[in-house]
Amino acid sequence: MNSDSLIPRYQLVLFLILLLLSAGLGGLLWHLRERAHERMLVGKTSTPTTAPQVAPLEQATLMVARDVDDTIGARALSLPLPHEPSARARALLGELLDLYAEPDSTHPVPGGAASIAQVFLLPVGGSANLESKAGGGFGTAAGADTGPELAVVNLTGTFAVGHPSGLETETLTVLSMCATLHANLPRITEVRFLVNGEPRATLAGHADLTRTYLTGDTVLQQ
Amino acid sequence: MASLGRLGILAALAGTILPCAFGQSPSAPASRFTVVLDAGHGGDDAGASLTTQTGSPEAEKYYTLELSVRLRSLLRARGITVVTTRESDGALDADRRAEIANQAEAQACLSIHAATTGTGVHLFLSSLAPAQAGKFSSWRTAQAAWVPKSLALAGVLNSALKHAGIPVTVGRTALTAIDSMACPAVAVEVTPEAGPDRNTGNNPSPVVDDPAYQLKVADALAAALVEWRSDGAEFKNSAQPGRRQP
Repeated sequence: MNSDSLIPRYQLVLFLILLLLSAGLGGLLWHLRERAHERMLVGKTSTPTTAPQVAPLEQATLMVARDVDDTIGARALSLPLPHEPSARARALLGELLDLYAEPDSTHPVPGGAASIAQVFLLPVGGSANLESKAGGGFGTAAGADTGPELAVVNLTGTFAVGHPSGLETETLTVLSMCATLHANLPRITEVRFLVNGEPRATLAGHADLTRTYLTGDTVLQQ
Repeated sequence: MASLGRLGILAALAGTILPCAFGQSPSAPASRFTVVLDAGHGGDDAGASLTTQTGSPEAEKYYTLELSVRLRSLLRARGITVVTTRESDGALDADRRAEIANQAEAQACLSIHAATTGTGVHLFLSSLAPAQAGKFSSWRTAQAAWVPKSLALAGVLNSALKHAGIPVTVGRTALTAIDSMACPAVAVEVTPEAGPDRNTGNNPSPVVDDPAYQLKVADALAAALVEWRSDGAEFKNSAQPGRRQP
């Protein structure tokens, strides 16, 4: 008995073929991996890796309050803003309150965008047509109603409770919100505030929230 | 008939004396220069929480009362009639404050507040649009006819505070009590003298209860009101018998 008799010839050939196939597949796998890696590095991957934008970026002006010198100043930003006017107004106020909630804010107010529960837009004095508003955005829809509008801003109770108390700080918050709405949505000429859907006497003990604010009056200080 | 006459005299006397005796409906003769000091908040309404020198928080209502009492003393020492809306930690709504001020027929009404945000003293006028004085005016917008006078008063206060080296800002706000006052009215909000650094935003000593600072503010306000009295010829001349004119 010699060694040739222990492993038949056909088994040896089959083993060699399988070994070559394994090596070939291994090489192919390595090659595909390298190609995928190169595609990823050059950004040619076809896999969606970024979240889709909700809305295109647009230029917006936020009227930001500064406690130090008791002023409100304009700050231009590019923001993804929805087309629908009330959602647009809510997004703008949310951005403003997000700025105020930042640690290095010039007008520190906790709460952020979540503090704006809803914004409703209504025609001032019932002169405008509600149906024409439903389809048209501000300054975008040709032929849309251009009458003045009242914005009703519904704030959360948490925001009102957490807002610092003081004549200046409350006034700046209210006026900067009014000014931001007017700067971006000029048709908003009046603003009213609710807290948790109810009228509230003051924001945090000082600024009257029962009145209607005229956005044209949001000029401040010396 | 004689007893009815006596009752009438008694009623007239009661009408004159009782309000003064109880201190609820003070009224001053039109010829006297009267200042109303309205210490903000009180009772359940504590106002803002102020940082004090000791580090412990103090309710705004106590600070405003303290400043009101101090300012009252300074003004009375200068011969000015002072009416205060509160002398203790009692609750007082905005309507009652305006009612006291309007009954006093004052030549100046100061609503005193305090906060820790900002720097120096903030002067606030009513944000109501100026309007002509009518025979009757709405309670909620009574201040509208007085806005020009309030603006003049704010100017005098501004000058005096700046002269004392205190940073001042002037703005307009919606404050219910002020809006219902039929007198030259300004809300005075006292904040820390050493305010936040303009570049860093850091506030090295955000306290308003420094006695020296409080005295400086009170002195400047008193000096301004004395000057307002001396400039008051225009105000007195515009008054008509039987009805007050702004």
